[in-house]
Amino acid sequence: MKRYLLKQLLARIPLLIGITLISFMVIHLAPGKPTQLQTEMNPKVSYEAIQRLEKLYGLDQPLYVQYWRWLSRLVRFDFGISFQDNRLVLDKIVERIPITLFLSFLSLIIVFLVALPIGVISAVRHNSLLDKTLTVLVFIGFAAPGFWVALLLMQLFSVKLGWLPVSGIRSFGTEHFSLMEQVVDVGKHVVLPVFVATSGSLAGISRYMRGSMLNVIRQDYIRTARAKGLPEGLVIYKHALRNALLPIVTILGLSLPGLLGGAVISETIFGIPGLGRLFFEGVMARDYPLVMGGLVMGAVLTLLGNLLADVAYGLVDPRIRILGEERPAG
Amino acid sequence: MQHPPLPNSAPFFFLKPLQILFFSLFFLSGCGGADLPEEKQFSADPIPVTGDRFITGSIAEPKNLIPILASDGASATIVGQVFNGLVKYDANIELTGDLAERWEVSEDGLEITFHLRKNVRWHDGYPFTSEDVLFTYQKLIDPKVPTPYSGDFERVKDVEIVDSHTVKVTYKEPFSPGLASWGMAVMPKHLLENEDLTNTPFSRNPIGTGPYRFKEWKTAQYVELEVNPDYFEGRPYIDGYLDRVIPDQSTLFLELRVEGVDSLNLTPLQYQRQTGSPFFKETYQRFRYPSFSYAYIGYNLADPRFKDLRVRKALTMGLNRQAIIDGILFGLGRESTGPFVPTSWAYNPKVSPLPYDPDEAKRLLAEAGWEDHDGDGWLDKEGERFEFTLITNQGNEQRKMIAELAQRQWEKLGIRVKIWIIEWTAFISQFIDQKKFEAFILGWGLGRDPDLYDIWHSSKTRAGEFNFIQYHNEAVDQLIEEGRRTFDQEKRKAIYHRLHWMIYEDQPCTFLYVPDALPIFHARFKGIELAPLGVGHNFIKWYVPKHQQKYLTQ
Amino acid sequence: MTLFRNKLALFGTVLIGFLVVIALLAPLLAPYDPSEIDLSSRLTGPSREHLLGTDQLGRDVFSRMLYGARISLSVGFVAVGISVLIGIFLGSIAGYFGGRLDTLIMRFVDVMLCFPTLFLILAIIAILGPNIFNVMVVIGITSWMGVARFIRAEILSLKEQEFILAARAIGASPFRIIVRHLIPNGITPVLVSATLGIAGAILTESVLSFLGIGVQPPRVSWGSILIEGKSVLDVAWWLMLFPGLAILVTVLAYNLLGEGLRDLLDPRLRDQI
Repeated sequence: MKRYLLKQLLARIPLLIGITLISFMVIHLAPGKPTQLQTEMNPKVSYEAIQRLEKLYGLDQPLYVQYWRWLSRLVRFDFGISFQDNRLVLDKIVERIPITLFLSFLSLIIVFLVALPIGVISAVRHNSLLDKTLTVLVFIGFAAPGFWVALLLMQLFSVKLGWLPVSGIRSFGTEHFSLMEQVVDVGKHVVLPVFVATSGSLAGISRYMRGSMLNVIRQDYIRTARAKGLPEGLVIYKHALRNALLPIVTILGLSLPGLLGGAVISETIFGIPGLGRLFFEGVMARDYPLVMGGLVMGAVLTLLGNLLADVAYGLVDPRIRILGEERPAG
Repeated sequence: MQHPPLPNSAPFFFLKPLQILFFSLFFLSGCGGADLPEEKQFSADPIPVTGDRFITGSIAEPKNLIPILASDGASATIVGQVFNGLVKYDANIELTGDLAERWEVSEDGLEITFHLRKNVRWHDGYPFTSEDVLFTYQKLIDPKVPTPYSGDFERVKDVEIVDSHTVKVTYKEPFSPGLASWGMAVMPKHLLENEDLTNTPFSRNPIGTGPYRFKEWKTAQYVELEVNPDYFEGRPYIDGYLDRVIPDQSTLFLELRVEGVDSLNLTPLQYQRQTGSPFFKETYQRFRYPSFSYAYIGYNLADPRFKDLRVRKALTMGLNRQAIIDGILFGLGRESTGPFVPTSWAYNPKVSPLPYDPDEAKRLLAEAGWEDHDGDGWLDKEGERFEFTLITNQGNEQRKMIAELAQRQWEKLGIRVKIWIIEWTAFISQFIDQKKFEAFILGWGLGRDPDLYDIWHSSKTRAGEFNFIQYHNEAVDQLIEEGRRTFDQEKRKAIYHRLHWMIYEDQPCTFLYVPDALPIFHARFKGIELAPLGVGHNFIKWYVPKHQQKYLTQ
Repeated sequence: MTLFRNKLALFGTVLIGFLVVIALLAPLLAPYDPSEIDLSSRLTGPSREHLLGTDQLGRDVFSRMLYGARISLSVGFVAVGISVLIGIFLGSIAGYFGGRLDTLIMRFVDVMLCFPTLFLILAIIAILGPNIFNVMVVIGITSWMGVARFIRAEILSLKEQEFILAARAIGASPFRIIVRHLIPNGITPVLVSATLGIAGAILTESVLSFLGIGVQPPRVSWGSILIEGKSVLDVAWWLMLFPGLAILVTVLAYNLLGEGLRDLLDPRLRDQI
């Protein structure tokens, strides 16, 4: 098992390098230079000053030299310095991870808690009125543009009713509040962003669950269980559900990179200091080191997520054997 | 003509870094107005008291709080509260001493001697001396420091320490805009001399001499300042200053509605349609005064079509600029007649705007050879249709609407216009800098000194320089140079009045309008004073009466 | 016509048909020129003259919505058309020829899947310049990977079947085998994913408008009308409400149709409908 994992990991390294190479070319092909935003069309910025900036950032070098330099630093886990404010790229990313993870985990948990039952009910009551109602509801959640819902809800709950704050993740002057009050304060700030994130993702997971469940219900062993006269509830919730959940594990693995991806739109509207916004602004400012740092992080997570999904699937599904060498226990 | 951040005089109300072009650091007023809340402003609480906190919001996060590296609006605003320069503009836009008590300019204009204030201390208690001034100058001209502000200081021949509180600056040639350039914030030598300015914690933890001390910076959330009780001009009344980062324009306005921020620079639409309710009238005070900026449509003067003065004149006359002001600015601005704004001493009031006259415009175009020869509804000349692309940057609603209006009106002259709205970085580097444009919409935020060299002198046309429309007029060049050498105010005034007239006669671009600055403040802040410089100049005198204080501090 | 026994799918189909007709007839139905500026009546609410009110330049929102339907709907069709073509092309090559070529193509798919789509879109738009055709192309070339995987999997399972072997035995060219035999048999899951893809593309276009890199004036899309309403939500609700609803209903319709197709085409579920 260990050897398998190691082998899989090593096999993904060329892929990672390929990704960075393509990213490097794509972002450098995009017109515009990082010095532009920094100097903001300020007539007091002299021509010489801009040349100087470009030299300092090594932008006067050929592209392959820049890429080689970047790659050789990356090997030492040095992501470089952001063009926008001269801070370490790694610092800029790390400081935004907690809030991003917090919000995406919260959303993910809620999505699963809500979507799985919906999927099961839809499958068990296949084609019933309830199934159809739920289907339409989750699709409405998916079909409504997220920022549109966000702004409408903000207008209603924050401005008209005054129940929720407009933006940010906590209020000012709450430092001396009790822990409970602070938790409530943060909670109020994240209600809308989490709702918007959740409502858009329900459709995918619940439909997947529905399909998976329908699949299982038609299997022979379920028919057998029914034929044996087991109570319907037991058949569904003990035998069918357990097996139908297997493919969902894959989805969990695949949502790993998404956890740190952040959501540009939601973060912009709700003023949340997350990673999505950071990378978006990085692209807009042609902050090459920052964008590359984000892409490497995303690629590593995607590759890891894929690997995890494969492994997890193998672990829970005995029918799948890994490389034919070992049969994982269970 | 954006100046380096001048401490204290800089108001803190930015819309967006991009709009630095429209709303310069310094707002100016000649005739302005204020909408004070219904509750009478000056009756209660005649004696100012300390306390409370001022919360403002910006779309972009500050990038770097080292004064000579702070080139974005959000950073400049914070720097303005934490640092001081040697000189600053006072409420009436006269240069006055800041860290310098007084100064002398030599007869030939080549030497300035600054006498510094004594007993000024940095926020860490270390005394401020001439050494700090010399240090700041050295960093400004250091090729290893990526400062965008070196331009004005490259004309300095030498900076010399006379004694601990006297500094003598010598110029290579007489340079009248030089004095104002010393508004550049001074940095503490004792903290930075052994630091690499491009990589120092100081950029996120600045120590200055200003009315507010840096307290905390929560990335992408806020920058917090606290009062400097030992400020040399006296302790500011308001205890705290907080700049929230709220990246979305609409969200920022909603925050104002729920009193989550205390101030905002309103758009004309917000001023006219969205802040007139009884709630706003009671809770906020609005101000209105002409800004020190203008918007224009620039043409590529290297393009043979736009080389023809008649064509440029026709484009201006075929565009109803008053309709733009009435329709898009809701009347909150005035027509621009050249490179100066009406509230500047350099402005020549005798220059009057070209009238809106589509018939005359058509006649001028016909005279230039542009007529509809083939009867397809569009003008043509030598078989080529009059067709061009008008570009502007993304993220500015007003410019987009101007583009759509211009497209419509020029279409009626028989000119076909395409619009391209391009993301800022690509817009500047790919189109403006490379001169790959036919026409564009932009604005200039102006400094207080009327020097036109950087924008209108024919030598400033390299990539990244600012005469990108490639305007070239020998006589104008000479006058611009003369203006920089002249120290006598009356003579300078005559020079710039003439320049104003000459440039408008040339119509190198279509001057559109000078927008009004429209800041709004929470009504609990008292002592706000509208002056020619704008409203931020006396921030340290603002206060909140005890019973209205909202935030507990300390 | 089993599909139409699924009422939701029927509803989706009828709705899409209706929208397409409206988009095609926009010039006949629109009461005003969608870019006619009338500054004297800017930001007026829905009324008899302006069914859905006017925008910041006094243009008729109803007319703009009709013309916007053309752009928003074609974004979906064109973008998905591009992604399906790329996907089928690469997927069938990989599946049919196998070996190194297959490995190479599937690795490329992996690489593409590792990129955050938004980054790719932003970077490519920056290179190509923002206009509606580039937006369609970009959405297309960032979303073909699923189709390629589907087609490859189908072809892998089909290519050893007798009718293919037979075709090969009589000397049919690979091109002919792929186009005449393999693709038609493997197309069903692609159809479902394409329908859902159209819905996704319409949403993506509105997000791009939000980020300011969507259609260029004087063209309008529902997304661009919606964004113009964002800053005036408290005084002109109609500017945001109607285009938002239009997007919602359209995307919903495509999703219902897609789900109906899935149920219809999935052989394991077929007997259930």
